[in-house]
Amino acid sequence: MKLDLTLNGRAVSDDVRPDLTLLEFLREHGCLSVKQGCGTANCGLCTVLLDDVPVLSCSVLAVRANGRAVVTLEGLQEEASAFVGFLADQGADQCGFCNPGMVMNTIALLRENPDPSDDEIRAYLAGNLCRCSGYEGQLRGIRAYLDSRKE
Amino acid sequence: MMTIRDYVMAESLEQAFALNQKKGSRILGGMLWLRLSSTPITTAIDLGALGLDTIEETEDAFSIGAMARLRQLEQHPGLNAYTQGAVKDALGSIVGVQFRNLATVGGSIFGRFGFSDVLTVFLSMDTEVELYQGGVLPLTDFIRQKRDRDILTRLIVYKKPGRFVYRSMRAASTDFPVLTCAVSRWDGVFRAAIGARPMAAVRVEDETGILPEAVTEEAAAAFGEYVAARVKTAGNLRGSAAYRTHLVKVLTTRAALALGGMHDET
Repeated sequence: MKLDLTLNGRAVSDDVRPDLTLLEFLREHGCLSVKQGCGTANCGLCTVLLDDVPVLSCSVLAVRANGRAVVTLEGLQEEASAFVGFLADQGADQCGFCNPGMVMNTIALLRENPDPSDDEIRAYLAGNLCRCSGYEGQLRGIRAYLDSRKE
Repeated sequence: MMTIRDYVMAESLEQAFALNQKKGSRILGGMLWLRLSSTPITTAIDLGALGLDTIEETEDAFSIGAMARLRQLEQHPGLNAYTQGAVKDALGSIVGVQFRNLATVGGSIFGRFGFSDVLTVFLSMDTEVELYQGGVLPLTDFIRQKRDRDILTRLIVYKKPGRFVYRSMRAASTDFPVLTCAVSRWDGVFRAAIGARPMAAVRVEDETGILPEAVTEEAAAAFGEYVAARVKTAGNLRGSAAYRTHLVKVLTTRAALALGGMHDET
């Protein structure tokens, strides 16, 4: 099937199988930050923005992205760089496997709610699983970034 | 692994319904559960271009398109004002924001899933289901129907003045619920919707007037016993039937107390 979409700001066209997932499509097009974790829509590792909304690319058919805009971490380097250092300062990256999904969803959170409370951060990131850190490092890192913006 | 031979973006409900009559066809909702299925799909039918993704509010009702996402419901000011936050409480524990940006209310309701928070909370309201072929019927009737090849097009929630409280028990946050409970009062009647029994949700009405309008602790506990006696539960990996029946009492009592404006320990 013919698929036309905007990927990280550039037009992309391809012929795809009807059952190809957006995750598979993105990896085939060089977006290796998008990874498959659980494969059951539970871990948040494959988070991308579809028309600016965070979704699980493992559960979206590539053909459903036809005519839409997809953004992966590769397309958000500048926005991400503003706060990933704060995560690293807290030792929140550890093995790093969950980081792309966590960063993508944090960007979505901060676009939607630029000054979230700790409970709002926890609630928004509840769909991003991390098996290293226990989540407190990520929370401290995001909080430190938000506090730095107020200084 | 899910396989799809053909994908069709439906241009009309008529076309979608006709395609869906063929064995092997499937209507696509959010696809969160469908993609875990190993059943081959001959024709995947997408309703995404039919304008079914809106929530319209009038003076008397909400009209919720089948393709509205759970996140839309969770964030809808009118729906949450009407239910005093019960919709947000019900949906906010479902996996994560990214999941709820995909999952559709139509998929959740049409599936009549035993684990559904969505079904439970809407069952506590005066809700009707609109089917393309079957017309409009109460959600309480729809739940009892066998799955067929009709298409759910929207939910209609009548804004009966009322109060609503939602509670659930989960072994871990964002996991499937062990039990769901929504207690409401509208048209002067208290109701408890119980889901994740683990079968599809059911609704019990306070037909004998156990709960007075000014809820007391004793009356709330009695209502919990009353509901537990009328709701069949079963066991699975998440809990035994006896545990679930105990949870029916506890959550119903707590929700009734909260409905009455009293401390519910949650």
